[in-house]
Amino acid sequence: MRKLLLFIPLALFLGMGFFLWKGLYLDPREIPSALVDRPMPAFELPSLTEPERNLTVADLTGEVALVNVWATWCPTCKEEHSFLNQLAQQGVTIYGINYKDEPVKATAWLQRYLNPYREVILDQEGRLGLDMGVYGAPETYVIDAEGTIRYRHVGAVDANVWKQLQAVIEQVEGAGA
Amino acid sequence: MIPELGTYALVLALCLSVLLSTIPMVGAQRGNLLWISFARPLSIGVFFFTAISFVALTYAFLANDFSVSYVANNSNTALPWYYRMSAVWGGHEGSLLLWVLTLAGWTLAVALKSRDLPADILGRVLGVMGIITTGFLLFVLFTSSPFERLLPRSPAEGADLNPLLQDFGLIVHPPMLYMGYVGFSVAFAFAIAALLSGRLDAAWARWSRPWTNVAWAFLTLGITLGSWWAYYELGWGGWWFWDPVENASLMPWLIGTALVHSLAVTEKRGVFKSWTVLLAIFAFSLSLLGTFLVRSGVLTSVHAFAADPERGFFILMLLLITIGGSLFLYALRASEVKSESSFSLVSRETMLLVNNVLLTVICFTVLLGTLYPLLVDALGMGKISVGPPYFNALSVPVGALLMLFLGVGAVTRWRRQDGTALLKQLVVPFVIAIVLGVLSLMLREGESTLWTYVGVILAFWLLVMAISDISDRVRRRSTPVLANLKRLPRSYYGMQMAHLGVAVLAVGIAMVSAFNEQRDLRMAPGDTQQVGDYTFVFEGARHFDGPNYSSDIATLRVFYKGEPYDVMQPEKRLYTARGTVMTEVALDPGLFRDLYVALGEPLENGAWAIRLQFKPYVRWLWLGGLLMTFGGILAATDPRYRKQSRREQSKLETANA
Amino acid sequence: MQRYLFLLMLWAPLSWAAIDAYEFRTPVDEIRFQELTAELRCPKCQNQNIADSDAPIAKDLRREVYRLINAGAADSEIVDFMVTRYGEFVLYRPVVNSHTWFLWYGPYLVLGVGALVILMIVYLRKANRRARPDAKKTELTAEERARLDALLEKDNKG
Repeated sequence: MRKLLLFIPLALFLGMGFFLWKGLYLDPREIPSALVDRPMPAFELPSLTEPERNLTVADLTGEVALVNVWATWCPTCKEEHSFLNQLAQQGVTIYGINYKDEPVKATAWLQRYLNPYREVILDQEGRLGLDMGVYGAPETYVIDAEGTIRYRHVGAVDANVWKQLQAVIEQVEGAGA
Repeated sequence: MIPELGTYALVLALCLSVLLSTIPMVGAQRGNLLWISFARPLSIGVFFFTAISFVALTYAFLANDFSVSYVANNSNTALPWYYRMSAVWGGHEGSLLLWVLTLAGWTLAVALKSRDLPADILGRVLGVMGIITTGFLLFVLFTSSPFERLLPRSPAEGADLNPLLQDFGLIVHPPMLYMGYVGFSVAFAFAIAALLSGRLDAAWARWSRPWTNVAWAFLTLGITLGSWWAYYELGWGGWWFWDPVENASLMPWLIGTALVHSLAVTEKRGVFKSWTVLLAIFAFSLSLLGTFLVRSGVLTSVHAFAADPERGFFILMLLLITIGGSLFLYALRASEVKSESSFSLVSRETMLLVNNVLLTVICFTVLLGTLYPLLVDALGMGKISVGPPYFNALSVPVGALLMLFLGVGAVTRWRRQDGTALLKQLVVPFVIAIVLGVLSLMLREGESTLWTYVGVILAFWLLVMAISDISDRVRRRSTPVLANLKRLPRSYYGMQMAHLGVAVLAVGIAMVSAFNEQRDLRMAPGDTQQVGDYTFVFEGARHFDGPNYSSDIATLRVFYKGEPYDVMQPEKRLYTARGTVMTEVALDPGLFRDLYVALGEPLENGAWAIRLQFKPYVRWLWLGGLLMTFGGILAATDPRYRKQSRREQSKLETANA
Repeated sequence: MQRYLFLLMLWAPLSWAAIDAYEFRTPVDEIRFQELTAELRCPKCQNQNIADSDAPIAKDLRREVYRLINAGAADSEIVDFMVTRYGEFVLYRPVVNSHTWFLWYGPYLVLGVGALVILMIVYLRKANRRARPDAKKTELTAEERARLDALLEKDNKG
């Protein structure tokens, strides 16, 4: 009996080792969105292209779409921008949230690098970003036709990430049909 | 050329350590004295070549050889020479080389200082150290070589050492810490040797003790230095953050403390042999686990080195082989050990068991809290964080229990003690401690919580019990007190000093947690702020250019109860090479309080954001750590160990005559 | 190589003391602010609370905590506000639920097991000694026991 007890430390260690091994392939810094399956937070913010017009959640509903949080001070946003342009050309609906930025710079930037966004929401103070749980640009959300957040990706969107996003979009569209 | 020599020296060291891992072990198994005798020269060789490699890397830093990628990432021509030397261990590869050098150093020390060990034990001990060295040398050579080159286009200038590391703290903290971490490998090696040879007796404990005590002392010093460094370097006055890397050093320390006490019991009474072996295995295993946590990217930490899952996998394999192998050996062999003597429920043996259980519980708490986010994530249950509120909530009560039993244990008799007599002995000191504790806190303005009282009362408790024990021992017989004081063995003084260190540490924690005052505010030139009895007057900031940075230096005039007291000058530095900004805190250190001023951002019209802190008894934290360190060293250098070996030596001589 | 440079850049925010010169209506509010910001984790940083971090998101979250305190929100409401947006990741004090009961109560379990083990060790040893058939051989004579006690006394003294 005592002999068996002596194997307990080894067993505990092997158990811990298993979790450490699994941990090697996880990213401890990646946080899932707390808003998955919850509606987009309510907001009333001006549009970048038409500053007198205020946008609300209603302007984002109607179809499954991407919401991309970006800023001119964010170098990674520039990297992903050309890919977003491609997606827009393919017919993907992308809304942009210009996060904690200056409208003049943002407009100039979009003129220079092209505008893939159906609408651009001006979130100068970052309130909408905070309500959405944004912690660093760029972030891309998938929302469904009713404006419910279904998925979040932190970081640049490239071909690989797009595959994941596509899978989510298909799932959402399938469920909605 | 020199960096390549460094790599080549490591390869030679590896070859020798492979030989060291095998030949003496086989020799011990077969009783072949010749093969065992290779252990000593092989150990010398391993150390020699590892040292050459380390010197080669240091040379690359001093000579600003930026063709070596590690040097280019961590150094700069404008870096002062002493920081260039300590930059050698400023990053992952170099610090790992320091780890290996420290391991080779301990191996050498054991090889040279163990002339009185039985040959087979020495062979096995050095063999085990050789196995560990081989594993780490393989790790360095295959995944983390500091000698990788950036050719053909090497940069003309390096990226500079992280300004946070350009400090005295980097020069001392890692080496002391590694001396401790790695030092536990000696106790581990002795434990494995004992398991392999089947000779788990009190003699094994006696051989292990001095090595373990010294390693423990170094680890205590390393952790203390780390806390002190973080305090004045990071700018917000904290001294312990329960960060995974800090926890990685605390866990071996906790088990190491249990081990130090357990070894004492095993040596004196021949009991707990298999528990002590298990503790020795755990202590070093936790050191290895710490190495894994810090370098694999599995946990997020401000202290962690660059994360690399490939390296993490290698270390995990090392862990599996070392820890898994040793625990397997333990499971097979430990049952052959039976402790003969018994003891009653109230006895010093039980007190030491309680001590070990409490330390293990705290270690378990720290381990659980550190790994729990990983556990939850791996099980797909989301992401959570475990931080200081958890660790404090759980370790403080158990720590208090530990202090309570500490006071009791030192006066409990071995083997059996009358419970009621013991309680009677303790009542008066306990009451005195409560009275002293309550009085000293009531005289102090501010918010004392229950735990503040508990901490201070228990600290007085330890003090009263220590005084009572010492006076008991010196006031016996008719011999004068001074003579009796001199008769007390050095290890007894070491013990009392270390235990006193615990009390001092507890006071520091209790006071600084309860009475710390902080004000963050905007100060324009001429503004004043009162914190306690001190008045701070802000006089403005001016610009200054340093060797590799430019800075703004603010001046604050400090008044104590209206009288001019001091001038404090916090700084904000911009390090030009990396473009990083650093806060240099202005400190007015004192035995009973620190004044701590940090400069924030410039606001409009010459005003600045300033943080003022009044930190009572914060130095007691590190004083406690230093007392514990010196206590450990005192105990380790007890001449009894030398006398014992001399006695055995002469016994051997008369036997052979 | 790029990997390391990128990670090196992440060290940069760490070095700036994050000091906001907020003015509070009462000293209690200031203490509440200090305690709350110490227990909320910065979502972006490498294991720092929002009090110590200089990252932009930490600054924003501190501003929110300040705003909510001034708006009269209770501590639990402020915590809920953060969790709703950022998840439980931002709590350094983990919520006590079925996922975390082992975290919060496990150590006490281990303490209990440890206490049991101690009791078992003490009583089993006594039982073993009494039960052993050759116990007579290892029993000490009165004289030997007196010697043992004397030796232990010496040991107790130093």
